[in-house]
Amino acid sequence: MSDTRAGVAFPFDDPLQQREAATLGMWIFLAAELIFFGGAFVCYAAAGYVHGADFARASNRTTLPLGATNTAVLLTSSWTMALAVHSAHAGRRRTLLGFLLLTAALGALFLALKGTEYVEDFHQGLLPGRDFRGSGVERLFFSFYFVMTGIHALHLVIGIALLLALAAIAWRGRRPLPMMNVFENCGLYWHFVDIVWIFLFPLLYLRGRHV
Amino acid sequence: MKATTIYWRVYVALLALAAATTAVAFVNLGVLSAPLTLLIAAAKTLLVILYFMHVRFSSAITRLFAGVAFAFLAILIALTMSDVLTRGWLPPSTPPVPKSARSP
Amino acid sequence: MTDAAHALRPDNYLNVDYRPRSWLLTTDHKRIGILYLLSLTFFFFVGGAFAVLMRLELLTPQGDLVQPETYNKLFTMHGIVMVFFFLVPSIPAVFGNFLLPLMIGARDVAFPRLNLASWYIFMLGGLFTLGSVITGGVDTGWTFYTPLSSLSGTQVTTAATGIFIMGFSSILTGINFIVTTHKMRAPGLTWMRLPLFVWSLYATAIILVLGTPALTMALTLVGLERIFGIGIFNPAMGGDPLLFQHLFWFYSHPAVYVMILPGMGVESELITCFARRRPFGYSFIAGASLAIAVLGFLVWGHHMFVSGQSAYAGMIFSLLSFLVAIPSGVKVFAWAGTLFRGAISYETPMLYAFGFIGLFTIGGLTGLFLASMAVDVHVHDTYFVVAHFHYIMVGGMVMAYLGAMHFWWPKMTGRLYPEGWARLSALIVFIGFNLTFFPQFVLGYLGMPRRYHAYPAEFQVLHVLSSAGASILGVGYLLPLVYFLWSLKYGKRAGANPWNAAGLEWQTPSPPPPHNFTETPVVTEEPYGYPVEQRG
Repeated sequence: MSDTRAGVAFPFDDPLQQREAATLGMWIFLAAELIFFGGAFVCYAAAGYVHGADFARASNRTTLPLGATNTAVLLTSSWTMALAVHSAHAGRRRTLLGFLLLTAALGALFLALKGTEYVEDFHQGLLPGRDFRGSGVERLFFSFYFVMTGIHALHLVIGIALLLALAAIAWRGRRPLPMMNVFENCGLYWHFVDIVWIFLFPLLYLRGRHV
Repeated sequence: MKATTIYWRVYVALLALAAATTAVAFVNLGVLSAPLTLLIAAAKTLLVILYFMHVRFSSAITRLFAGVAFAFLAILIALTMSDVLTRGWLPPSTPPVPKSARSP
Repeated sequence: MTDAAHALRPDNYLNVDYRPRSWLLTTDHKRIGILYLLSLTFFFFVGGAFAVLMRLELLTPQGDLVQPETYNKLFTMHGIVMVFFFLVPSIPAVFGNFLLPLMIGARDVAFPRLNLASWYIFMLGGLFTLGSVITGGVDTGWTFYTPLSSLSGTQVTTAATGIFIMGFSSILTGINFIVTTHKMRAPGLTWMRLPLFVWSLYATAIILVLGTPALTMALTLVGLERIFGIGIFNPAMGGDPLLFQHLFWFYSHPAVYVMILPGMGVESELITCFARRRPFGYSFIAGASLAIAVLGFLVWGHHMFVSGQSAYAGMIFSLLSFLVAIPSGVKVFAWAGTLFRGAISYETPMLYAFGFIGLFTIGGLTGLFLASMAVDVHVHDTYFVVAHFHYIMVGGMVMAYLGAMHFWWPKMTGRLYPEGWARLSALIVFIGFNLTFFPQFVLGYLGMPRRYHAYPAEFQVLHVLSSAGASILGVGYLLPLVYFLWSLKYGKRAGANPWNAAGLEWQTPSPPPPHNFTETPVVTEEPYGYPVEQRG
């Protein structure tokens, strides 16, 4: 039983109400995500406080060039995502499609680089299992490293899937683009994933470089 | 200023800050290195939130929820760290000597 | 209109479509509330069954009914099911879903399909948790402390997965309620005209979205520790088991406010209706709800006073815990002020409301004893704590749930329950509850530890009293099951407003039509316009 009014989804009364509701909903979800990642960060902060020197030494065994490149890649993808949302607001379908796919490609590049980094870590004996090469505390550091970058990567995978779905929506083009909220909200999600990496990179890769 | 110009400038600033935090990591700043790292990361976060996520131009409620989220994260970190940081401050208690073992 | 004519005309959310798929694919918030009602009733009796077995074992000092390991599993599953699959969702999922749009004059919640998804996610989580019971159970306690939870050979990962999944249900419901309250209010319905129940749901939703993710991460890390052997909580690897407790209680303490705030919201609705008075200190009650939600996030370390947590941190948490009692006290005072000079009648919902006030107050005050570190050192992990939280969760929240059931049953089903049987049940519940749990305060004070299946002989009398009380309480809970079901077929038909209550939900027929209001209501008056003029 549909009861739509003025081209908005049930139960909204007008497009602005729907837009504000959708955006508010996404922000609340991101607040939840912040606490979720925050839980891991606080454990890392506590362990890092106790094991400062050992964590610094362990951190130097991360592959900095790959981490730094990935940082640049993700920041670029945030920029292209902002441009995608801008295109949606302006109603420019082709540009939107281009930027969505470009953002997805950059995300995929991040994952590819991360993947090679994990493989390299594996060969270095850094996976925190039985074959770990290093001290117990270094193994603890790499537990954090794999858990936090792993959960981040999972969120990136979801983000890329969302982008591809959005690209399909933009391609099919049934409704006027400026009326659609999904692009803005997906953008919010993507930028959030970027923010997580903004903190992960220095905290995991840079803590021992001055030694 | 056009939106695309703003986005470009923010992007360049983000890259610059990323380069800065990487470069600074190789300098031994002692106790200052952790706060500085977090400060740079916070600056980048603020740029992303205000401009890419449009919080600068958003409603009061959006800004409230964004702020509240960080406030509660700060609570989680601050009170947990208040435990971790102060655990060594009290000497370990000695268990009470049972009556029977005390000298009469 | 005759009963036959009523039955023939598809005019309400129940009879508009009888096909199963119309229920399983519904996006009507009222039907989703009923779906939750059915699921939660099931889980309540499952959790209750575990409690029955525990109280049977505790009749005798020796551990002679079940193995010690089995007893560990009983109290664990009792806790997990009751906390995560009954109390946390309870009033919000059933009455929040059913009433929130009605109370604010909306046609549904902001995201109806997300609402249905919440229920399915909840059921999936429940399935995993029941699976953990069937495949052998969990023995860590509902608190899953490391290192036991990392090492235990029981079905920890399965149960943790179930709770992990259920957490998403909480978060999505929380998002829905917050956005609905912000964006879907009828014209003229300003924040300070909202029913206090809506305020309590809003505060609860804030806790759900900001607290639950910490639990999600805590359980994730335990799962990863079990599966991959990572050592974040393992001292042998340089980790810290207390970090789990910090993450766990960052959620679980605010969660107890999730498990009382909606009950307080119900309390405000019941007391105003049956004392025929506007609430005393409306803005104070509303503000106190928000204060409880916020302050509740600052006190979690009071669960960890004897865990090895720093005593300095303990002092901070102790002080903050005293602060959080204040808004609760404000509310009790406000309810008392509402009752003063009211025209009080004693229908069943009001009986539960009275039970709530007294029992919640006792539970809350005993919380202050526990908030004092010096006292807590002696009664931590004893039956004193068990009694404290059961007074609040059962004497408070479950009573509020039953009060809400009786109050809004006519609205939800269009039927009246039999008042005589209902009052009798309320009395049985009250007597059974106090007989079950008051002796536990004494037991705890005398040193009886919690989670023990065997105990010194001198505690037996108190345990027998407690178990006897539990059997009476069980009767009190079973009776409503019987007469509510009976009323569906044989109960008198209810009018739109059988209680002459104020509130937008009473302006709709009982049961309401699918989209609640044919025209969006416009609100021009303050809430709680008591006394409400007599209607047929």
